[in-house]
Amino acid sequence: MPGVSYRLRVNPIVCTGHGLCAELLPEVIELDPWGYPILRSSIVPASVVDHARRAVDACPTLALLMDEVTGPSGLMEEITDPPG
Amino acid sequence: MTSTALSAYRAPELRLPRLLAGVSYYHPTGLAEHERLYGPLPLPAVSPHRERAWREQPKRLIEIVERSGLTGRGGAGFPAGRKMLSVAARPGGAVVVANGAESEPASCKDRLLLTRAPHLVLDGITLAAYAVGADEAHLVVHGSEDELLDSLEDAAADRETLGVDPVPIQITGLPGRYVSSEQSSIVQYLNGGPAKPTFSPPRPHERGVRGRPTLVNNVETLAHLALIARYGDGWFRGIGPPAEPGSALVTVGGAVHRPGVYEIEMGTPISHVVTQAGGPTERLQAVLAGGYFGAWLPADLAWPVPMTHPDLRAVGGAMGAGMLIALPISSCALAETARVVSYLAEESAAQCGPCMFGLPALADTLIELAYHGGWGKTVKAIATLLPLIEQRGACRHPDGVTQLVRSALTTFAADARWHDQHGPCYGVSRAPLLPVPADEEREWGWT
Repeated sequence: MPGVSYRLRVNPIVCTGHGLCAELLPEVIELDPWGYPILRSSIVPASVVDHARRAVDACPTLALLMDEVTGPSGLMEEITDPPG
Repeated sequence: MTSTALSAYRAPELRLPRLLAGVSYYHPTGLAEHERLYGPLPLPAVSPHRERAWREQPKRLIEIVERSGLTGRGGAGFPAGRKMLSVAARPGGAVVVANGAESEPASCKDRLLLTRAPHLVLDGITLAAYAVGADEAHLVVHGSEDELLDSLEDAAADRETLGVDPVPIQITGLPGRYVSSEQSSIVQYLNGGPAKPTFSPPRPHERGVRGRPTLVNNVETLAHLALIARYGDGWFRGIGPPAEPGSALVTVGGAVHRPGVYEIEMGTPISHVVTQAGGPTERLQAVLAGGYFGAWLPADLAWPVPMTHPDLRAVGGAMGAGMLIALPISSCALAETARVVSYLAEESAAQCGPCMFGLPALADTLIELAYHGGWGKTVKAIATLLPLIEQRGACRHPDGVTQLVRSALTTFAADARWHDQHGPCYGVSRAPLLPVPADEEREWGWT
């Protein structure tokens, strides 16, 4: 679909490092020394969108999320008070 | 320049102090004394004739806050008016949460405000609740501080007797963990969960306490609000640089003669702040600006830097919640950093893998470097670990730690090389300088 790209995110709280995503989507995801996923880029290359969808579906803790990005997003994303 | 206030009171003539004007060394300022000093809470009374005014006024208060240029004093420095606007713009009754749970061991300005000028904070909560249309208001502090909780309950009871606050302020004790005072932790705790950060979005201003739009503000920010509503935005902008006006509370510690909390004009150079705190007790090598999520700056670089968020960021530092720690040349900066990082690693909520495993690994490697020397490999090992931790947590905890470590490796690059090649320096035998709570004083639970 023209103009639509897909963005991957990991919910790090629910991710327990099963590592299936790195098996199914090695083009984008690798594992750190503790077995948790590192995304090489959050935007999924068009050629592997299907693989990405499979990885999202396969995650046992539903920690891997894929969003459709169509335009500029991010309203008020700066609001975060650090602890302290 | 024009100035608008919610109710015009005669503004004090002294430039400073503002927040600490009525503060007694010995006891909290009572409600009567507080009203004598500042005038009563400037909330318009509800009357049938002025119903329209009552509806219009909250918008006006937000405009005043926006024009004042007040920024959040909890660390991020986000414009307070814009944050209010984003909560007020959402449908449904809002909730206001005042964050007085000061977890940072190097800071005690919030505790000073709450123990000495509680009514400024409580006024601010009520004004914020009024501005965003909240029908629920909370003040959270650490649950282990019984005396503080008692005195705040007393202050709130005094106000309730006189009917000062249209929305009653509920005071809640929070577990004293470092990351528990992060705003999403507070929201999760008030919702009945553990005081641990949550995955966002949704952010608290979208869906917070009981699913409602929630305004979380630091207690100092709210205390400033109490004065801005009285004296106006022009008065607030009367001191400090236009980009970040007003005054701020800073906690100065380390090798200075009079460590403590000082109210400074925003934009005061670091050198002046250190001088106000009695000056250095010996030659300084560096300053830790912004606390444990801040950054080390070489003393000569830090000296002229004005204390504002943009100025400190521009030199690789941080304003944080206004903490400055002066490090003398006799201390080992790497040992100090290693101790703090070990503490912060233990304070991880252990929810996200990179934080749960990465921070202890980082702390161990730093301790290796600081106390044992590294056979030429440890600095590289730290540099490899940092990107494995950064931007991979649900909250800013891991990134705050890596920022501190990166600044240590830059500012003390020569020291790090020496430790790595030859072993520890003489500084490691000096008594620790950066405050880290003792194990027996720490809380370990989350609920």
